[in-house]
Amino acid sequence: MDRIPILKLGDFLLVTVQVDMHDRLAMNLQDDLTEKIVDSHARGVLIDISALDIVDSFIGRMLGNIATMSRILDAETVVVGMRPAVAITLVELGLSLPGVRTALNVERGMDLLRANVAREMSPIIYRDDREDSGEPG
Amino acid sequence: MANPVEGKSRSTSLPIRSSEDVVTVRQRVRAGAIEEGLKLVDQTKIITAASELARNTLIYGNGGTVLIEPVANGSRRGVRLTFEDRGPGIADIELAMKDGYTTGGGLGLGLSGAKRLSNEFEIWSKPGEGTRVTITRWR
Repeated sequence: MDRIPILKLGDFLLVTVQVDMHDRLAMNLQDDLTEKIVDSHARGVLIDISALDIVDSFIGRMLGNIATMSRILDAETVVVGMRPAVAITLVELGLSLPGVRTALNVERGMDLLRANVAREMSPIIYRDDREDSGEPG
Repeated sequence: MANPVEGKSRSTSLPIRSSEDVVTVRQRVRAGAIEEGLKLVDQTKIITAASELARNTLIYGNGGTVLIEPVANGSRRGVRLTFEDRGPGIADIELAMKDGYTTGGGLGLGLSGAKRLSNEFEIWSKPGEGTRVTITRWR
């Protein structure tokens, strides 16, 4: 397999990494995603790495690159599903994934992206919502 | 001291010539770590260290080999990995071991990170001759 599939879910793109990626495959994903963000006008990207049993410095760098590039293209990236052993190992490796937002699973990642879009699209309504929230009715 | 497990031919030598080979190394190291009874976190650490060192062997050493061996020290068991290449070697090992130092455009965490992820770490290198890195992770 030379490409990792990218699914479009409304305003967002979903990537589920299901194979042990060799470096070229990771590079392809980086390129494909940036193109797809522009083509689909996506506002967010979810990368599900729950099937990955390691994240080394190369994959870590790829995740950081994707987050940075998507932000420049006005889309937020959230990495979801990192296994606990992978998180422990990443920290010891010396990688803290600066600039990469994470969430526990796809559902929470999606909530994060939706909240992000809502905040960006209508800041005034968002503020009103918060003021209303204390009142009954 | 770690001794190779006697009487068993469970050592594996693999070539590292392509990025697909790096994936194979990860898979075989995982199989070896599971076989020696390493816990999940320890498996993850040695597989990650193996991935870093295999990539170094490929990129900086122009390819080479890895030897995956089960080791024992009394009742303690573990996995030892030896990465070897005949590449240009490392002129200043101390500098190469520093976090963030790289000559190849990476993050510079390969050697230092692999050391942190291992229980034992040994490096030998000679300019013009090559590099050998040995790591061990115990159960």
